[in-house]
Amino acid sequence: MGLLDQEFLDSNIVIAKSDDLLNWARLSSLWQLSFGLACCAIEMMATSASNYDFDRFGVMPRPTPRQADIIIISGTVTLKMAIRIKRLYEQMPDPKYIISMGSCANCGGPYWEHGYHVLKGVDRVIPVDVYVPGCPPRPEALLEGLLKLQEKIRHETLRTKKA
Amino acid sequence: MALKTEELVLNMGPQHPSTHGVLRLEVQLEGELVTKVTPHLGYLHRCFEKHAEAMTYPQVIPYTDRMDYLASMYNNFGYVIGVEKMLGIQVPERVEYIRIIMGELQRIASHMVALGTYGLDIGAFTPFLYLFRDREKILTLFEITCGARLLYNYMWVGGLSHDLHPDFERLTREFISYFRPNIDELNNLLTYNKIFVERTANIGVLPKETAINYGITGPNLRASGLKYDLRRNDPYSIYDRFDFEIPVGEGLVGTVGDCWDRFYVRVLEMEQSLKIVEQALNQLPEGDINEALPKRVKPPKGSIYQRVENPKGELGYFIISDGTVNPFRVKVRAPSFVNLAILNELSKGHLVADIIAILGSLDIVLGEIDR
Repeated sequence: MGLLDQEFLDSNIVIAKSDDLLNWARLSSLWQLSFGLACCAIEMMATSASNYDFDRFGVMPRPTPRQADIIIISGTVTLKMAIRIKRLYEQMPDPKYIISMGSCANCGGPYWEHGYHVLKGVDRVIPVDVYVPGCPPRPEALLEGLLKLQEKIRHETLRTKKA
Repeated sequence: MALKTEELVLNMGPQHPSTHGVLRLEVQLEGELVTKVTPHLGYLHRCFEKHAEAMTYPQVIPYTDRMDYLASMYNNFGYVIGVEKMLGIQVPERVEYIRIIMGELQRIASHMVALGTYGLDIGAFTPFLYLFRDREKILTLFEITCGARLLYNYMWVGGLSHDLHPDFERLTREFISYFRPNIDELNNLLTYNKIFVERTANIGVLPKETAINYGITGPNLRASGLKYDLRRNDPYSIYDRFDFEIPVGEGLVGTVGDCWDRFYVRVLEMEQSLKIVEQALNQLPEGDINEALPKRVKPPKGSIYQRVENPKGELGYFIISDGTVNPFRVKVRAPSFVNLAILNELSKGHLVADIIAILGSLDIVLGEIDR
């Protein structure tokens, strides 16, 4: 896949597998649903802001699920919110990916034991691709999660259906 | 023939870029004019009171962090002062000073997010980037002190989790001299920007009497022209030792108590907080911070209401003790929750786009509203 990442001096023909071409296009512009839930949303904002600059990886916030490729579940998912998150996820066009950010979205986090109104992990309602641990995760951790997701997309093929 | 009209009900949120979290607004419209706004809450109810009942006193502190996650230090502050008063602990001087420094730095950081995202709501993207660049410097100061960027669990009952880093004082002074000119930069970028003023001046005017009747506190109340700040009116910790002004709204570009005033009061408060931090650094005594740490936190039977001036307003903790190691109840008076109640009153008769301007100027945090 190295050829597509290089610049050419003059016009050229590149032969690539359709899988590689599609995956390269998908992983390079993951548009994110701008949607914050709780404390982690502040770290997500910090990641999009000046010091960490999410834009470098082609991640742009989109306010509507219909234009988004990736949804970052950034924070505690309550039972009331879980229904809305599921609907938001269903509104997104395929292929769609999910990063679960922070302990709350992963497993309920500090609200695991007594949180009667907290969903114990967002993976109970929607399928998660990458889990980022931390309470809240540092922006670097979120970036690492994104790189992991890109790595995952790089190995997808058209033949098998996405899990 | 008369034109057939009907009222339109518009749903905003819970996924909306400008509701500052997971707030849902039910807006009733007459044409493009708003007749009624009903906020719907509960999308981030994280059972704070239930946790407080089940945990021991020190274990509650991390949960106070997660209420107003933009001002975690200050949430710790109010809770630990309350418990210390119940226990009758006098903390060392150095601890008091460090708490003030952290609290005021946190106030600046919280206002930075408030101002930055307000610009974002109105349509100015650049100030957000500038403010977050500066906010990272404050977060670095917190990080070298206690290792966390956002949720600190730094203030403990009777002390602190860590003493200051040897470089802390130097770095903080550097930050103060670095950030002072940046406030002017922000004013030139956003505050006096023609478009920004057009969007915010004379919008959502909150008269002083209405503000008092609704129990509004914090910068929102001061923007209406009332000089009321718990750091002055009900001094806690050692705030009586510092010299600082309490900025109030003056209606420089519009009416007193409009959105612009609420914005500008926060800008002025950042300068005052810098002043307090500077004074506290100059007076910072040496000493052992762990001197007063109790072996076991078990307050006697009784109750206390401790209030502090959070960046958002009056944050009150009503703590009831039944003499065991777990609190019987911790009820929180959350400033954002009370401040949100005014939204319907302010939005009536304005356009749909102004709801965003009004909501942003109230600076709410949903974690604190739903708790």
